[in-house]
Amino acid sequence: MKENFQVIGKSHPRVEGMSKATGTAQYTADISFPNMLFCKLLRSPHAHARIISIDSRAVQAHPGVVDIMTGTELTKSFGVLPVSKDEHALAYDKVRYVGDPLAAVVAVDEATAEAALALFKVEYEILPSFMSVEEALQPTEDPIHTYTRRGNISKEVNLEFGDVESGFAQADHIREDLFYYGASTHMAMEEHATIATTDDQGYLTVYSSTQTPHYLHKAMADVLGKPAAHIRIIAPTLGGGFGGKSEPFSHELVVAYLACKTGRTIKYVATREEVFYIHRGRHAVLMRLKTGVRKDGTITAMQYTNFVDGGGHASFGVATLFYTGIMATTTYKIPHYKFDGVRMFTNKPPAGPKRGHGTPQPRFALELQLDKIAEELGMSPIDLRMVNIVSPNSITANHLRITSCAIAECIRRVDSASGFSEKRSSLPPGKGIGFAMSSYLCGAGLPLYHNPLDHSQVMVRIDRSGGVTVYTGSTDIGQGSRSIHALLVAEILGLQQEDIFTISADTALTPVDLGSYSSRVTFMSGNAAIKAARELRGFIAEAVAKKLETPLKDIIFHNGQVMDRNNPGKTVTFPEACTLAEDHAGPLVTVGGYKPPELAGPFKGSGVGISPAYSYSAAVIQVDCDAETGLVTVEKVWIAHDIGRVLSLENALGQIHGSVYMGLGEALMEEQVTRGILLKAPSVLDYKTPTSLDMPPVESIFVEEPDAAGPFGAKEMGQGPILSVMPALVNAIHNALGVRIDELPATPEKILKALEDKAKGGSGRYGKTTEPSFQFSKPRKVARPWDSPYGEQEPYVKWQPEQSEVA
Amino acid sequence: MKTVIKLNVNNVEHELFVPLHKTLLEVIREDLGLTGTKHGCELGECGACTVLVDGVPLLSCITMPVDVQGKKILTIEGMGSMSKPHPLQTSFTELGAAQCGYCTPGMLLTSKALLDKKAAPSRDEIKAALSGNICRCTGYLKIFDAVELAARRMHDHDCCGAGGSACHGGEVPA
Repeated sequence: MKENFQVIGKSHPRVEGMSKATGTAQYTADISFPNMLFCKLLRSPHAHARIISIDSRAVQAHPGVVDIMTGTELTKSFGVLPVSKDEHALAYDKVRYVGDPLAAVVAVDEATAEAALALFKVEYEILPSFMSVEEALQPTEDPIHTYTRRGNISKEVNLEFGDVESGFAQADHIREDLFYYGASTHMAMEEHATIATTDDQGYLTVYSSTQTPHYLHKAMADVLGKPAAHIRIIAPTLGGGFGGKSEPFSHELVVAYLACKTGRTIKYVATREEVFYIHRGRHAVLMRLKTGVRKDGTITAMQYTNFVDGGGHASFGVATLFYTGIMATTTYKIPHYKFDGVRMFTNKPPAGPKRGHGTPQPRFALELQLDKIAEELGMSPIDLRMVNIVSPNSITANHLRITSCAIAECIRRVDSASGFSEKRSSLPPGKGIGFAMSSYLCGAGLPLYHNPLDHSQVMVRIDRSGGVTVYTGSTDIGQGSRSIHALLVAEILGLQQEDIFTISADTALTPVDLGSYSSRVTFMSGNAAIKAARELRGFIAEAVAKKLETPLKDIIFHNGQVMDRNNPGKTVTFPEACTLAEDHAGPLVTVGGYKPPELAGPFKGSGVGISPAYSYSAAVIQVDCDAETGLVTVEKVWIAHDIGRVLSLENALGQIHGSVYMGLGEALMEEQVTRGILLKAPSVLDYKTPTSLDMPPVESIFVEEPDAAGPFGAKEMGQGPILSVMPALVNAIHNALGVRIDELPATPEKILKALEDKAKGGSGRYGKTTEPSFQFSKPRKVARPWDSPYGEQEPYVKWQPEQSEVA
Repeated sequence: MKTVIKLNVNNVEHELFVPLHKTLLEVIREDLGLTGTKHGCELGECGACTVLVDGVPLLSCITMPVDVQGKKILTIEGMGSMSKPHPLQTSFTELGAAQCGYCTPGMLLTSKALLDKKAAPSRDEIKAALSGNICRCTGYLKIFDAVELAARRMHDHDCCGAGGSACHGGEVPA
């Protein structure tokens, strides 16, 4: 079958690219309204304290102050997951971390609001704080939250698939290690901002830097007690997200509430320091991993246990905890698998979802341990992987359905491009090369709140001049989703990407989309766009076939023309075709929807990890390590990604480069840690990220094996490529220096300590040696698909082009 | 306390009456309405607020307007426009060097200062020049490519067809 695409797979500038390059793109903080007021939030200076009283008389008397707000005015709780709504617009009973907002002031300008904040007199009763998982596990009379009724436990999960003990009994070799993955934060360049105003119908309009306008819309209607139809959420141009803007925030509700209360337009822009305290970044996780293998490397069983530091709120944490324990099986055949995990509340800024959401931590543990096992078995790291990788069209012990899977090809390509297999024993001292692989979901299989409806809907409308507009509820957070929608519709209608006008992320105009998270937009919203465009194409083709007196099957859309494929003389222009179609079929507006197949397994907790498809990545990293200073220079990164299909070349490369960059930051330097009760590095200078000088060259390899359910066969690419980077980097350090750094970030200090240990005759390992004592609950024993009739699989269908679109 | 300041921004003379404590970034964004200049940290750490003052990149968030009176300030709005972009703006757009785009104005102005000084910088020189501008999306690689592409085009005058005469690269001539 010839795949002769007109726009897919080529280089395309972003639809909004030039607006960003000329400074005309309007981010939330750039938007102003006449007579606008400014809001500032009073944030807690204590990690854990009861609020006894708030005296705001002096604030209200301050010249320029228009209004104030405290938590008792808006007490309905919210939270992105329905099971853990533990946040309030403003804290009113107690504060749970330094930075927890408890009062707001609205004034004529930002400086006045800022100055007025200092006039709040708050009486606190300071409570003992829990600044670590260990402290949080101690029995207490005064836990951070009480709704879970189990001390500071935010969530515990215990699942066993098959029988790990019998699996370990079949092993020739068992290895058990502790790993620690430190917290990091998104640090998107745009600080969170919100503007709330009233439209000419008297309804609330909120402009906010959000990845999830739909969930914000729902939360706002619920907390403010307003009909959803009276609230409009617009996400303007977003300056990056990475997961940090994917849930409703306190400032959004406060500003909206105060705009309603005062009848004025109100703007809030977080300072960079506030953004660090808003956080919702990568959870710090302490992990114990035990793996049994046969002599030939075949995995017989795996047991994974982890302690997750959640911070002061649940955020996405229940889902995060599940994610830490379920994705090992999507890469390797693990016949018996057990997972125990606990997420603890601590008095720190809340952790949440960051690129890879809960999966980088266990992936780090797994890929490091497999490296150690390969060494012990005398196998190459790649051979050990090849023995264990999952097959396409298979099902995992924990009921995850794998469809397309090109990991073997990714491994082969990245190995041959990098020369890994030769270099791992031939590089000079100090230089090293490391390998790791991974997998990620193409969108979560379930929405965040239970409902049977589409996850994405996209509307396509054609005006009287043949102008095509795509309306998508998804937010372009910088990943390029507006362009991808335009591209997909252009391909189907025989147009160019720039012919398509896009409107996104506006709850009053665009149909529903659950949001830009879990790598779901291209796959889910893309499929919805394709459906809408194909329906329109059908109307147009019918009308043109009639006009040209040509069989419908011979009508093609090409280069702005609708024509008879066998007779190039029989053609009409696209606008003419649209006129014919409107005359023939009525208004040219269609809405396409996408809902993933029902994939959840027959057990509680099976809703997390399911996805209509999984992407795969394999990475090789070469480093030069200085044994004197512990400094690691990354010389080159090779990464192969099973993308299904490259839709837009520069966009795909951008996601790979960005993932590699962010992964190197987490692996080498980024650390969101506390010193006492305060963040150690709540500034761009102190929170170290890689600069242009640190970025190595990257060789990106796309493995294109189209997925039957993906948009033109495409799979995700925004998060998957980060996952292999951190373990490949640390495996490379081992290859260079012979030390094992079982903790991230792998800073020079840790490397030097490991080298010191090695010099003294030790193992040359740096990492945790103890774990908290905690009695995990008995696991829920779940039969594996092949133990039972659950495992009925649909036959694997290869991706096929739509016949009518084959030119 | 307020004071009168005179600023030349993008070749336009402005006379403003602003509080003394207001930074150049705040004046540019709030008093002149030029929101292309971004705030990313307001502590001089991220480079998003970079403007050119007499051709030299300066962090507007830690610059006081009184100190740049009588100098020529260039913001992203003065570098080029949608209809007449600077070659750097074109190459950044074409290669996807702007993803979220928030660091982009600062990146572009810093790159322009580099190319104005050195027509064909090496990759290491580009990396060094941009090391004060933080980007969280691109991993910088497409940005390096875009600077190199613009440099080549400006050298060959693919951008303006000037054919040997000075390439303005879309900039508003003084």
